[in-house]
Amino acid sequence: MKIIVVGCGKIGSAIIESLVAEGHDITAVDINQSVINDTNNIYDVMGVCGNAVDYDILNEAAAETAELLISVTNSDEVNMLVCYIAKKMGAKYTVARVRNPEYNDKRLGKVKQYLDLSLTINPELLAAQEIFNMIKLPAAFKIETFSHRSFEMVELVLKDGSELVGTSLMALRKKYKANFLISIVKRGEEVYIPDGNFELQIGDRICIIANYTEIQKLLKMLALAKKQAKTVMILGASKTSYYLAKMLLRSGNNVKIIEKDIENCEKFAELLPGAVIINGDGTEQEVLLEEGINDVDVFTALTGIDEENILVSCFANSKDISRVITKVNRGELVSMAENLGLESVISPKHAVSNVITSYARALRNSLGSNVETLYKLMDGKAEALEFKVQPDFKYKNIPLKDMKLKKDVLIAGIIRKRMAFIPSGDDEIIAGDKVVVIAKATEQKMDDLSDIMR
Amino acid sequence: MNKRMVLRTLGVVLRILSLLLVLPIITAICYGEKRELFSFACVAAGSFFAGSLLLIFIKTKNTVIYAKEGFAITAFTWIIMAAVGALPFVISGVIPSYVDAFFETVSGFTTTGSSILESLKLDDLYQTSKSMLLWRSFTHWVGGMGVLVFVMAIIPNFTDRSIHIMRAEMPGPVIGKLLPKAKSTSRILYVIYIALTLLQMVLLCAGNMPLFDSIVLSFGTAGTGGFAVTSSGIGGYSPYCQWVIAVFMFVFGVNFNLYFLVLIRRVRTAVKSSELWCYIAIAAVSTTIITANIMTKIPEMKTFSEAVRHAFFQVGTIMSTTGYATADFDAWPNLSKAVLFLLMFCGGCAGSTAGGLKVSRVIMLFKAVAKEIRQMIFPRSVSKVRFEGKPVDDSIIRSVSSYFVIYMICLLGAFLLIAFEPFDFETNVSAVVTCFNNVGPGFSAVGPMANFASYTDFSKIVLSFAMLLGRLEIFPLIVIFSPHSWIKKNNK
Repeated sequence: MKIIVVGCGKIGSAIIESLVAEGHDITAVDINQSVINDTNNIYDVMGVCGNAVDYDILNEAAAETAELLISVTNSDEVNMLVCYIAKKMGAKYTVARVRNPEYNDKRLGKVKQYLDLSLTINPELLAAQEIFNMIKLPAAFKIETFSHRSFEMVELVLKDGSELVGTSLMALRKKYKANFLISIVKRGEEVYIPDGNFELQIGDRICIIANYTEIQKLLKMLALAKKQAKTVMILGASKTSYYLAKMLLRSGNNVKIIEKDIENCEKFAELLPGAVIINGDGTEQEVLLEEGINDVDVFTALTGIDEENILVSCFANSKDISRVITKVNRGELVSMAENLGLESVISPKHAVSNVITSYARALRNSLGSNVETLYKLMDGKAEALEFKVQPDFKYKNIPLKDMKLKKDVLIAGIIRKRMAFIPSGDDEIIAGDKVVVIAKATEQKMDDLSDIMR
Repeated sequence: MNKRMVLRTLGVVLRILSLLLVLPIITAICYGEKRELFSFACVAAGSFFAGSLLLIFIKTKNTVIYAKEGFAITAFTWIIMAAVGALPFVISGVIPSYVDAFFETVSGFTTTGSSILESLKLDDLYQTSKSMLLWRSFTHWVGGMGVLVFVMAIIPNFTDRSIHIMRAEMPGPVIGKLLPKAKSTSRILYVIYIALTLLQMVLLCAGNMPLFDSIVLSFGTAGTGGFAVTSSGIGGYSPYCQWVIAVFMFVFGVNFNLYFLVLIRRVRTAVKSSELWCYIAIAAVSTTIITANIMTKIPEMKTFSEAVRHAFFQVGTIMSTTGYATADFDAWPNLSKAVLFLLMFCGGCAGSTAGGLKVSRVIMLFKAVAKEIRQMIFPRSVSKVRFEGKPVDDSIIRSVSSYFVIYMICLLGAFLLIAFEPFDFETNVSAVVTCFNNVGPGFSAVGPMANFASYTDFSKIVLSFAMLLGRLEIFPLIVIFSPHSWIKKNNK
């Protein structure tokens, strides 16, 4: 598929990286020649240097024949304009990054409609949502949701003394009588899709999939459920902080935001009347101690500077805080931060590349939007996909035990008329279902439900 | 330096080389040449075996390559291709000396066309050992577009960063990809290349040229190489065939991106190319000067049409750096020789199979000089060099100027190295210039009707490296000889 990516910054290059891995033909456009040179050196793409609002530049990138144009420059306005022009030139689908909070409310739908945008993405909002989910479910490292939260997938690391260790999965299921599924296990660098005889070990990173109530029940039984967080301290008045604070305030949390720039503080004070805004340099330990870092449930570092976030989080980790969440933009710093003992690291570009990849796969499929959601799990070594079953699906009404699935593919859940359940061998897939599939990432990309069949 | 990846690539290249040898093997079978068949089969089997050994025993997970690996891969590939490609000549006894065979093969792959075969020997080979002549010219065809471009076109998932290899192998100051993927770009380049070559073969056959000659000459034209099949060069064929070859030499000297633009119906963008117009203008002016010069000075050039044909053919052959000849231009008046000598430096367009400095570099150099002069007169003026309607980045101007400097240094260095030879000044200068620019014939003792056989082995090796330096545009070879590329950890 021919895709044009406008803007090759952090988000842009993350998108390019995941789309190149999917095998698409990418043309990258950026206004800065040296950025284009770097992109060209690292990824197998064609580079065009210039301002994408300029018709000539879009023409040079052959926007009229492009199937998808993704505009992720710094400026929301430029993104919208580029998408609008490209659409008029003949690009089939357009995606714009719109991240300014002023545009991201109910009126965005109208703007999307008028500009004929196929999708808008907001990395900051996605990151805020991810952090919010983590705060709400304290035991898990990561939570991904399917089909309006009817299914949830939580990621845990098994620690010494965990009750899950040492028993086979089949026995576990009998023991807890809960409707859950351990779908992926990462041990060392290897990723497994476990069967019933698989035994878990200490240090395994596992994904548990279940619906919301079952997850809560399970975590309670495992004595992993902790008290809901009440007080949250946010470092930095970034866009992510704004979205997160708004969500937290709505769900009744206490929010304290520390920001060193007085103008930003005043703006936040205007926008978020319920939050406590502190004007001070959060990198000074004295300030953090004075503002009561010892008394918060969650500390999250969301400034625009990765290094600052990592260092302050390390300090917070040494205090008695149940949860420290760090935002890290640059990919190579994520693993470094994890090595420093930071357990919850959020990277907005990760969430964005998930969204774009699933969108591109859905477009590639001639049957229309078949992939509803896609998550890359365990550093991209496994994938969770949600498919919508079309009426002409070949293998419907066949019991699952009679279906010949590919190796390392698992049908993890079925959502039927708002009812989510984990299927057994006797269940069948019927038209209109949504099916959650877990698979190891391979060269062959899945973009249709029938791709899971051998 | 990711040495494993370099070695693995060489393994692939050796395998590809054995695949390429299938063509002369088929020819040898067709003409029943047993000795040649044996030598080609030996070399093909040997290089396939060696390539497989490299691929089996050297494994690596790290397929990431950077610019220096790209340069190293390219340089080693070309040296190995020439070293192995020379073996059939030695084994079959056609060219008994290995140094001679190496010179001939380097001259083939770098599309130079300078030969050590004496004319009697060449005519003899045309009768008895056609497969050798075919292999000689086939190396032109392979070297023209590049071996590694071919490797990238056919090997799936070769590496994610193949742009480094492409940049090192394809001549020209900047590489513009035609399509987003390096793989599809190299495929489309080869498709255009093959289509044009086939077209030329058909047109030559239509002019009653023997099939074998038309195939071999088309290979030589497409790669802008210039190995002839008989001692009379192209002069022995009909004027129609001469015109066909002249036009195709010119066509293969044009940037292939323009053909791609025509293919995707963006003719207007293609026609706007200032490099193309400059290329045409230089050719037209030179042809006019030479036509007028030889018509007045040479009594044999009776008619205007004959003079134009010879003038255009020689301009085309030198400018596209092919090196075929229809006339002994060494006997032409000094003005014509001077024009041809200057054209050797100029070369064809960037992104073509031609050698030389490339028209685009020449344009940029002149514009940069003009800018400097303007700066002298108006010290406070601010201006930008423009090329193809766009301002050129200063870094590109800098790299073009430094390329020119290093090009002259290498040229003069090679000249100094062969200066002890007992030839006149003109011979030595033209030999170095013609080899470095991948043209083929020089003047005087290495003129179009003579050859390089009388040089000593040492000079032949120097000239072989001059050809490689010219074809790969110097930097790849410098990188592999630079100790900085091979620095590694102390305790490993």
